[in-house]
Amino acid sequence: MPNKILVVLEQRDNNIKKISNEVSKAGFELSQKINCEVEAVIIGGEINDLSKIGNFGIGKVTHLKNIELTKYSSSAYTKSIVEIINEINANIILVGNTSLGKDLAPRIAARLDAGIAVDVIKIETSENNIVATRPVYAGKALIDVKINSEKKVFTLRPNVFNPGESIENNAEIIVKEISSPDLSSKVIEVKKSEGKLDVAEASIIVSGGRGMKEPANFKLVEELAEVLNAAVGASRAVVDAGWRPHSEQVGQTGKTVSPNLYIALGISGAIQHLAGMRSSKCIVAINKDEDAPIFQIADYGIAGDIFEVVPALIAELKK
Amino acid sequence: MKIAVCVSHVPDTATKIKIGNDAKSIDPTDVTYILNPYDEFAIEEALKTKEKLGGEVVVISLGEETNKESIRKALAMGADNGILLKDSGIRDSLSLSKALAEEIKSQGAQLVFMGKQAVDYDNSITGQLTAEFLGYNCVSVVVNLQIDGENIIAEREVEGGKEVVETSIPAIITCQKGLNEPRYASLKGIMAAKKKVIEEKNAMVFENKSEVLQMNKPLGKQAGKIIGNDSSAVPELVRLLKEEAKVI
Repeated sequence: MPNKILVVLEQRDNNIKKISNEVSKAGFELSQKINCEVEAVIIGGEINDLSKIGNFGIGKVTHLKNIELTKYSSSAYTKSIVEIINEINANIILVGNTSLGKDLAPRIAARLDAGIAVDVIKIETSENNIVATRPVYAGKALIDVKINSEKKVFTLRPNVFNPGESIENNAEIIVKEISSPDLSSKVIEVKKSEGKLDVAEASIIVSGGRGMKEPANFKLVEELAEVLNAAVGASRAVVDAGWRPHSEQVGQTGKTVSPNLYIALGISGAIQHLAGMRSSKCIVAINKDEDAPIFQIADYGIAGDIFEVVPALIAELKK
Repeated sequence: MKIAVCVSHVPDTATKIKIGNDAKSIDPTDVTYILNPYDEFAIEEALKTKEKLGGEVVVISLGEETNKESIRKALAMGADNGILLKDSGIRDSLSLSKALAEEIKSQGAQLVFMGKQAVDYDNSITGQLTAEFLGYNCVSVVVNLQIDGENIIAEREVEGGKEVVETSIPAIITCQKGLNEPRYASLKGIMAAKKKVIEEKNAMVFENKSEVLQMNKPLGKQAGKIIGNDSSAVPELVRLLKEEAKVI
């Protein structure tokens, strides 16, 4: 059977997510390398600017439509996507490694009895094989994985595959109504955290640790984050101490992140924290202790007092 | 109701990872293994559910003899029975999930708790896969759970908030930090757990669909420069971020 790639796109509040551009471009580039077709699928009600996914190399996208599926339903999404995979005979399925993708991809793999590699940061081809590289042990090691089943499912880590410059191109949209979706599991409400960026998605993260000395001082972390339009992160120590919510924790028992810029304030750099953020593209550390392990992986460091340096940094950035 | 908890036995998160001689897995020498941190939330939630709805909690772990340490920890916390599915081979997540599904089926457990991920391979997929093989519902990364008869309302953590999911038993719930505060094992619990017999059986074998070709250390990031020790370094830092790193 010839190869065919299916990219699973994701919308939130009817807008296509940034990760979908990244996965589309990765799918397009893979299709060029192994010389096969690529198309996309998305589930939702009305979706804004869907044809623009063509800007990232997708020629055709199937829109599985039902207003009830604007929000995620694991049962309905799994069933509909597996149907489309079988209908178009796709054998390489690419999904974003997001909350939705992480939940959905294994279900698809199970139904197809397909091997799955998650949180992939690199896809290479060699002699007809696709080799996916992914972090394990929260990034303390990397593994190269080969899937031996004919159908293969991959989830791609956000912020790693560069969608590149978008080129003007409209994708052909095929709309298929889903008449009676299987809603045995469905999201009935989304509770948003008050307008805050999430560490898992942000391209800049400002994190604070023990060196912030007390919870009230996180105001400084928040202020710097606001100036940079960044998400606020935290070390395990301050989350365990109850200073910050677990959703902000970066590290092995929190979130593994790869933003463009990671600023660590008063974080010494325990191995489990470093594991969760070492793949950030640029790391800045500000910490009084110049022997702190965080400086060993930081691109730029200031070995000084946070309470003196950070206000100056905020002022400089506001200039 | 019979409640199952699946636990894994993993290297402590403070462990430094060394690549083994096979170049495909870690060198286990000097590595301390612990109960997977997220599984503690799964055990606690299973015990809380049993206290509310009655029933029995059975702990299942697939792996080697040493996995019994993690099973015993769950027993000490208050689980009723433990089962070791003996296996020493290499398994991918599909094969693991199929074996767990077989055992859950033979136990007749209608409600299953797992940690949202094991901190070794960080797959975060075993719960969803196992649920599919059983035909159960599944909610992953759960931080709040209410069970009322057959009905389940679960909140799962997503980017920038929480999704409230409505589903029903039979189901698998994968547990995230924040769901509960795992209890400490009492001395009495620890003593009782020591006496309990952990049932052993051979795990069913299934074909692997994927294989690890190689394990590598991540490319060492070279330490950058410390550009100063007070706020006088700030303009230079901002210049570097703008002009050299081009990240702001």
